[in-house]
Amino acid sequence: MSQLYRLNKDGYINRDKKISFVFNGKKYFGYEGDTLASALLANGVHLIGRSYKYHRPRGLFGAGVDEPNAKVQLYRGTETEPNANVTEVELVEGLVAKSQNCWPSVYFDFGAINNFLNKFFPAGFYYKTFMWPKNFWYKVYEPIIRKIAGLGVAPLTPDKDRYEHKYEHCDVLVVGSGPSGLGSALSAGKNGARVILAEDKPRFGGSLLTDEVTIGNKKGNEWANEVILQLKSMPNVTVKNRSQVFGYYDHNMMVMFERTKDHVENPKKFTPRQRLWYIRAKEIIISTGSIERPLVFANNDRPGILLASAAKEYMKVYGVLVGNKPIIFTNNDSAYETAIEFKKNGINPIIVDTRESSDNSVVKEAKNLNIEIKFSCGLANTRGYRRVNLATIGKFNSDKSGYEKLENISCDCVCVSGNWTPTIHLSSQSGNKLKYNDALNAFIPNQQKQNETTIGSAKGSMTLKQSLEEGFSKGFELSNKITNNNLKNTAPTSNERNYGQHDKFWCMPLPKKKNYKRFVDFQNDVAVSDIELAIREGFRSIEHIKRYTTLGMATDQGKTSNLNGLQLVSNIERKIVPEVGHTTFRPPYTPVTIGTIVGREVGKHYRPTRKSPMHEWHEKNNAVFVDAGLWLRPRYYKQEKETLLEASTREAINVRKNVGVCDVTSLGKIDIKGPDSAEFLNRVYTNAWMKLPIGKARYGVMLREDGIVFDDGTTTRIAENHYHMTTTTAQAVNVLAHLEYYLQVVWSELNVNVVSTTEQWAGAALAGPNSRNLLSKLFPENDVSNENFPFMGYMESELFGVPARIFRISFSGELAYEINVQSSYGIFMWEKIIELGQEMNIEPYGTEALSTLRIEMGHVAGSEIDGRTISYDLSLEGMLSKKKDFIGKRSLIREAFTNPKREKIVGLIPLDQKTMIPEGSHLVKDGNATLPNPKLGHVSASCWSAEYNNPFSLAILQDGKNKIGEKLFAVSPLKNRNIAVEVVSSHYVDPKGERVRS
Amino acid sequence: MLEIKCPYCGKRSQNEFSYGGDANLKRPELGKEVSDKVWDDFVYYRSNPKGKHSELWHHVSGCRQWFKVSRNTATHEIFKTSKLDEEL
Repeated sequence: MSQLYRLNKDGYINRDKKISFVFNGKKYFGYEGDTLASALLANGVHLIGRSYKYHRPRGLFGAGVDEPNAKVQLYRGTETEPNANVTEVELVEGLVAKSQNCWPSVYFDFGAINNFLNKFFPAGFYYKTFMWPKNFWYKVYEPIIRKIAGLGVAPLTPDKDRYEHKYEHCDVLVVGSGPSGLGSALSAGKNGARVILAEDKPRFGGSLLTDEVTIGNKKGNEWANEVILQLKSMPNVTVKNRSQVFGYYDHNMMVMFERTKDHVENPKKFTPRQRLWYIRAKEIIISTGSIERPLVFANNDRPGILLASAAKEYMKVYGVLVGNKPIIFTNNDSAYETAIEFKKNGINPIIVDTRESSDNSVVKEAKNLNIEIKFSCGLANTRGYRRVNLATIGKFNSDKSGYEKLENISCDCVCVSGNWTPTIHLSSQSGNKLKYNDALNAFIPNQQKQNETTIGSAKGSMTLKQSLEEGFSKGFELSNKITNNNLKNTAPTSNERNYGQHDKFWCMPLPKKKNYKRFVDFQNDVAVSDIELAIREGFRSIEHIKRYTTLGMATDQGKTSNLNGLQLVSNIERKIVPEVGHTTFRPPYTPVTIGTIVGREVGKHYRPTRKSPMHEWHEKNNAVFVDAGLWLRPRYYKQEKETLLEASTREAINVRKNVGVCDVTSLGKIDIKGPDSAEFLNRVYTNAWMKLPIGKARYGVMLREDGIVFDDGTTTRIAENHYHMTTTTAQAVNVLAHLEYYLQVVWSELNVNVVSTTEQWAGAALAGPNSRNLLSKLFPENDVSNENFPFMGYMESELFGVPARIFRISFSGELAYEINVQSSYGIFMWEKIIELGQEMNIEPYGTEALSTLRIEMGHVAGSEIDGRTISYDLSLEGMLSKKKDFIGKRSLIREAFTNPKREKIVGLIPLDQKTMIPEGSHLVKDGNATLPNPKLGHVSASCWSAEYNNPFSLAILQDGKNKIGEKLFAVSPLKNRNIAVEVVSSHYVDPKGERVRS
Repeated sequence: MLEIKCPYCGKRSQNEFSYGGDANLKRPELGKEVSDKVWDDFVYYRSNPKGKHSELWHHVSGCRQWFKVSRNTATHEIFKTSKLDEEL
């Protein structure tokens, strides 16, 4: 016994291929080409879930993206997906779905008690109730509400699927493949434009799939098929189904997701689940059609009550009857099509029409088919808990404020139609100023802001003839603008039923003395009474009413409810709808999974990883790496069970005693050439650069124009007009942009060129008393004595045949050198250094030991150059040239920067000589004072001194210059520390700087 | 995402560029004494017009050239882009 509601004809499904699936633990069958929705309906299943707030039973309401009710939890293997729209889920073998927001089951749901307690859940209830006792909110109320009011369950494991991004350009992007979209794509494509046609459903054709029309001498759907085949054969046209254009951004950037995997039975291993397209189109044609509006009446949310157009779509596309005893409830002619379709399938529908009469062709046709029509009537109420089984039909009184008489008619489904709402989301997102169309009772696009043209029923052109004509003419017009071709295509002739004016009456009165709920927004359970309450409570702006009642704020974004909400507000306020205005349409048009937005930029692909040419050696030698910007640098080289502190202390001590080698490839390197290079450096750095001899390096500090220290490093004069600048790892990119800005924008008269060479050179720093000895082994032909190669010297040589640059510079404060070779020889250089250094007890050292060495030497780094300090604060004021101007100099005479009590860098030693001071601790006079305890400074960097074997920190301290010798407290409330410290000089080791010159 | 025409490379997506502020900003001449007001105006004060704005952009992920853009700050319409030494 299965698929009792399946017709044996009609539809685009493949009846030869049966597909099994499981819903709420029960196995069902459908056919290839079904959606989960159509397959459930074929099996007579209408009850899909429970509503958000009141847990009322809910069924399918639509057949597409507008579906407000039927959201389920899907299971694919170990993966789960919440809030899937059953109308959009294509049936594949083995699909498992479950109702959500219900317990223990959708059939008997405990939460439905809310329906009886609904007096406690009016609009904005969460602002009014659960206020006392205060601490109950987090502990009691919120967890309970979260449990009962909600959607599906978010997956807890990482998404194993693969998502991809794609960038595309085209002349014309056509969104939607109904008659107007097909016409425009064909017309633009034939005229030579590069066209992309996007359709969100699996099948192309839009309304042509369901409407009884002819185009030329063909049926509508046949014509659509033919056009699609034609478009697919054109090399300048891309045709995409299952592709939802969901966002319209600046400069005609459209974003679309394409479903590429979930509908495939056995996808290949690397098939992405979805693909995100960024499409930059010269012209956009929006042919997104329209969505049918519900009518609002008492208990209009029962399973079995759905849109008339959806009922027709289930019959025509899937060969499924939504019921055997249908009532068609309408205020317009289009729903008669659904009635006629039922009749053709041997079902006798009853039409309830709010209008007094109508004599358009489609109504006459219905009459000729002997379909019962009740004019001047409306649905006063419905009954049936898990599926509608009775409709109370009321004959309106003269002003439609109530009913003259009521009549109960049994039924198993109600197909409602409250006329059509153009799908204007994309044009509104583009910035189009919408206008209200009185005949349609809906907003349509008006004033364009970008290159966007809306056509067909999305623009309010409700006939096939208009849609086709607009499609063909706009397709030509827009393509002609781009290609200048003149190949004109005219719209084929067409035949359709004609419709008359709809009844601008959509909210049915309640039967006397009844207070049934009349839902406007099904997904968020917003009823007429909630909107009335919001207005009574003083909310006036539609944006406020929306937020207070949550109207249109569910995952369906009010596709079926927004306009009825607006109309209701305008009725109550006695305003016209355009005065009430509309809420803002924002992307995405339909929900987009986060995975699609993120694409391949997950895990290690989140951003590039930069590795030095010596990276593999570090890996082989137990390096523990640390992120330094994009770079991975060895933090320390672990031996046996060493901790970070043990390892870095060992490495630092070895530098102080013997010799160490550190990979400094990541330091920024900028090659500077040109006759004005010296002048340029003189302007960029705070110290003097005009007289730096060839073959010498100099330390330099650069400021921003506001006087704050920007970066530091050494620059070496390689030749007359050639310099090599180094920057910190973190600022390398910014320093280059800074130099380019001044050279191109500010001082374009300077003849200087700069280029980054960071990745062209591999760098190794040798540091320690044995480094000269090692250098002489590496470069046996060079005289590297202190006399011939003094501190801040530079020479070029060959490292066993490999061209090398040698700098005598030091970050560690020890006698030190830096060797640079071409990156491809980096590993050769490194291994040579290790090999020849063995006899001098060489050890590699990482960034942690490097920090220790620089901290105890009092050298500043990123933790002191933090965007808040000036040269004085860092004791670099001696490098401020008095003779010349430089970037930022003028700022230094501003009042705050000349304050004699400014912060200054100092050293700190804990009085107990044992306790490490946490970085970021505040310095205060009294560690036990009551709050607020005035802060005198902060700890910027801490280390375990390799030289003195006790903790040492650097700090930026108010009036630090005069506080040497004072006792203060370093407090870290986060780490619950309060450490007594002594202020000392920041130059803890070798304060005179003798070692680097030795 | 904006589409910006680099005068050297042609139309590219915004994510290749970085923004550089007011194109009419003039740095006081080096070595010249200027008042606090002039200096503060240069360092800190910028007008924030709604509408047409001449600004600098840097093609950082491209040719690394700075250039000028005339853009409507409210609508993002780009009227013109030009090299630094050309009229905008």
